[in-house]
Amino acid sequence: MEEAGYTGVALRLLRRAGARPGDRIRIERSDGRVFEGVLMPRYAISARPIIVVKLDNGYNIGVRVDEGTRIEVVKTREAILHEAAAGAPAAVPLLEEQPPPGKRPRVTILGTGGTIASKVEYETGAVRPAFSAEEILEAVPEVGFIADISSRVVMNILSENMRPKYWEKIVDEAAKAIQEGAEGIVVAHGTDTMAYTASALAFAFRGLPVPIAFVGAQRSSDRPSSDAAFNLVAATLVAARAPFAEVVVVMHGEAGDTYALAHRATRVRKMHTSRRDAFQTINGRPLAKIYPFEGRIELRDKPLRERGREELHVVNGFEEKVALVKYYPGMEAELIDFLVDRGYRGIVLEGTGLGHVGEWLVESIRRAVEQGVVVVMTSQTLFGRVNMNVYTTGRKLLQAGVIPGEDMLPEVAFVKLSWILAHTHDPREAGRMLRENLAGEITYRHTLDLYPRWPH
Amino acid sequence: MDPSKYDPRELGLRVGLEIHQQLDTRRKLFCSCPTTLVSEDADKDEFIRQLRPTRSELGEVDIAALFEWRKGRLYHYHAPRAASCLVEADEEPPHEINREAVVIGLAVALALGSTPVDEIYVMRKIVIDGSNTTGFQRTAIIALGGGIELESGKKIGVQTIAVEEDAARKLGEEGRYTHYMLDRLGIPLIEISTAPDIETPEEAYEAALTIGQLLRLTGRVKRGIGTIRQDLNVSIKGGVKTEIKGVQRLDLLPKIVLYEAIRQKRLLEIRDELRSRGVSRRDVESAEIVDVTGIFRGTRSKIIARAIKRGGKVLAVKLPGFHGLLGVEVQPGRRFGTELADYARFWGGVGGIFHTDELPGYGITEEEVEQLYKAVGAARGRDAVVIVADEEPKARKALQAVVERAAAALEGIPKETRAAKEDGTTRFMRPQPGSARMYPETDIPPLEVTEDLLEEARKLVPEKPSEKLRKLKERYGLSDDLARQIVRDVRLDLFERLAERYGDKVPPSYIASIFTNILRSLSREGVPIDNLSDESIEEVVSAAAQGRLAKDAVPDVLAYLARNPGARLDDAMKALGIQAVDMSMVESMVEEAVRALEGEIRSRGYAALSKVMGRVMPKLRGKVDGRTVAEIAKRKISELLGERRG
Repeated sequence: MEEAGYTGVALRLLRRAGARPGDRIRIERSDGRVFEGVLMPRYAISARPIIVVKLDNGYNIGVRVDEGTRIEVVKTREAILHEAAAGAPAAVPLLEEQPPPGKRPRVTILGTGGTIASKVEYETGAVRPAFSAEEILEAVPEVGFIADISSRVVMNILSENMRPKYWEKIVDEAAKAIQEGAEGIVVAHGTDTMAYTASALAFAFRGLPVPIAFVGAQRSSDRPSSDAAFNLVAATLVAARAPFAEVVVVMHGEAGDTYALAHRATRVRKMHTSRRDAFQTINGRPLAKIYPFEGRIELRDKPLRERGREELHVVNGFEEKVALVKYYPGMEAELIDFLVDRGYRGIVLEGTGLGHVGEWLVESIRRAVEQGVVVVMTSQTLFGRVNMNVYTTGRKLLQAGVIPGEDMLPEVAFVKLSWILAHTHDPREAGRMLRENLAGEITYRHTLDLYPRWPH
Repeated sequence: MDPSKYDPRELGLRVGLEIHQQLDTRRKLFCSCPTTLVSEDADKDEFIRQLRPTRSELGEVDIAALFEWRKGRLYHYHAPRAASCLVEADEEPPHEINREAVVIGLAVALALGSTPVDEIYVMRKIVIDGSNTTGFQRTAIIALGGGIELESGKKIGVQTIAVEEDAARKLGEEGRYTHYMLDRLGIPLIEISTAPDIETPEEAYEAALTIGQLLRLTGRVKRGIGTIRQDLNVSIKGGVKTEIKGVQRLDLLPKIVLYEAIRQKRLLEIRDELRSRGVSRRDVESAEIVDVTGIFRGTRSKIIARAIKRGGKVLAVKLPGFHGLLGVEVQPGRRFGTELADYARFWGGVGGIFHTDELPGYGITEEEVEQLYKAVGAARGRDAVVIVADEEPKARKALQAVVERAAAALEGIPKETRAAKEDGTTRFMRPQPGSARMYPETDIPPLEVTEDLLEEARKLVPEKPSEKLRKLKERYGLSDDLARQIVRDVRLDLFERLAERYGDKVPPSYIASIFTNILRSLSREGVPIDNLSDESIEEVVSAAAQGRLAKDAVPDVLAYLARNPGARLDDAMKALGIQAVDMSMVESMVEEAVRALEGEIRSRGYAALSKVMGRVMPKLRGKVDGRTVAEIAKRKISELLGERRG
């Protein structure tokens, strides 16, 4: 019962009655009031003596209890579900039509967690992952019209719990699916760290014959307004039919359900906590605009790699001893020293403006570089390119051995450095690779239109 | 049909009310937006969405919702920046529940003798007609039990009191698009559901009125059109609980109740007749849909000819044993055939149906009817035939729905949600949703009903109407009759405010009569008095109190302000040719008259007042109140007489 959130008196009463969530219970209080309903888990994080029941009208209410309260189980969860199933009409499919016969591209959907394709448990409202191909086709039958779907649950974790070693696993699974003949890959991922994982794949796939589309949902799939189905259809369309073979993030293009955008993995950033169109391409244009209902993909930028041109070539592996450090006014040098002393092999600095940190950090950075730590400079402004020749501090940092990260997003530079350091121990070689555009992460020309105009 | 010959008690009428009233809070229920509506041309953003039906654990989907989705229904939202934010756009999770709304709700609960729950849980009630951007309405039960007492002493129980969010405001439909304005979405509502204790249409009316009055007595609810809505649950003996949505006019409520009782009675009669004719459900369901386009190649029916010209088909189906029943009136002006047509429209998206109980007619000839019967293998005098002319898939779906509805007639009354119409009848809106459409709103933490919260609520518990009545009579000297009227008036709170502020200059009974008399007769004349803001009314009362506006002119001014929302008092006076009276000018006019009549005044004293009035009023009538002029005249006379004494 603890897992259902009950403690103290409430827990004791429920245990005594042998009641479990989903059971129909009767609560008789010492003040004479009687409540009957289905016992719900108590997801409030509080120790108050309150028991939550679902009344017959579907509403939940909290009932305060004390030692004098009597609880009995009226009907067990199993009995209730059994009866409901007996009386329930046959499940109606969402779509009447079946996909017409004919060959469709083979697409593999890899599940890593997040809310993109989960199912709601009606009794408790809990959301659980649902990721068999059948379940996906039942929830979003439209994808069956686009591709022959197979699916695999690689892991089931919250996006914030992602780690570089999990990136390696996802790289392996995607590579395996491509070897087995998948003509496109969809990776369902929690949105918080999706851009990191996507760029990790962009660096690891040195040769890629098919598109890999990352997709997520900003509204959970248990609600009618979820963006999950729309995004999944758009991502499947990209995986099955896009003319490019790149790693992209496919999410809503605007607040409405009109089009999705495919963002290049190394250029994309989650720019809003909650909006559907939170993902934006920074310092560039999205690769394509996708109209999922019309089955249309419109290219907005030149692909780096076209579908079917390259052989599959994977260089997997990510160094975990890499840090991403955001500079702030007054930051002390000991933070850098700490990383160096702890054996970190790479530091990505997110500096101010053109690529600066307080000049009192220069000595610690020099020491870091001398000890073989690779230090890269990116900018907190996100938009624009670092240029460390303009001001004295920048020149001092360059002289100390900091590598300017061009217009790379700080997170992308972090993933890139992690990947590079897993494959070379030569700081000079690492520096050379950092400056080289490997997966669209560096753009040497910025035109005036690539900066959004904010409301004013 | 004569509705008056039906006795609701004999029919075993049972009615439960669901009253939804907007609360007048500073902020919406789950965000920090104000609770005001905006005009359609307000600064706004727009976006288009779909809603997907969700599945319960047992695999059930809401059929009506599924159907709308399959049709590709799209929702076009208008998001005014002044009255909606990311929460209404479903682009940000809801904030915590608005405490002010909960407190008002608890105050109403206490006044109704209901017992607050110990912890409030917000639920998601799935509604996917697009009126909620999320696809569900957030709602929470705050109290259980309690009740009201009717004049007769009869008690009507209250089952639940909930606080919930209002839906978006529908602007209209346009092809596949439904347009909604998001200003209303999220305004807090209180929902009071009564037990089915109501047994007559009149009781339904009185119960609604009593609850409405109690809500207004809190002084914390909104008023004006659309701020209070009643839903009804109606059944008769042997009938089925039918939900009727969206009753906005209280005076229509008894009629709607009676008409629904009649509808159920008539449907039961149709069922009995079908059974006595030996019709079985299987007979009805096994009827085949036949393409009869050939019969109508040269038809004079414009509707059918147009459909065929557009490439459509005419499909027909036999309803075995239904002869004569489609023409049976189930409500005044609505036949059983109309019920079938509702289904055809809803499920098939067609314009309507034709059936043989109304044919020949509508340009369809006797000859065509004859061929029709033959084509579907029906017998005249025994069976009925229904036809639909439209694109084939639509026509087919429409007729399948007609068959299903006709088959259901053998059981009696289908479980439906119906929409109230202006004439008191109702139309089919959608099948009743299943019970599995409530989920916990996991984004909002539960709120414990603490002693603090209850203490705040106790301060807001409205006075009992009888107490209020006593107070109005004592404090403002209103007659019993006037006090009774004002207690029932929607603008009771405004009256009290104005009587406090201006009662020393204008009699409160006059202020009361503005509401009970002037506004009501303006409303009867068709003046849109709901447009009158409290501020406008106050401006008028204030001007009357200062003597700047003659009382005679008040009705015209109010009518003008109601017809021209946004106009100020000055605009109204200018447009109506009422000059704002310059009181110094009045003074000098009276002064002049007094001087001219000096002799008479000196001889007759105050008795000469009428002479003075007679001289000035023809020029001032309609511009300045006679009473004000008389006061000035009295003062001038007294000054003159004082001079003599001095």
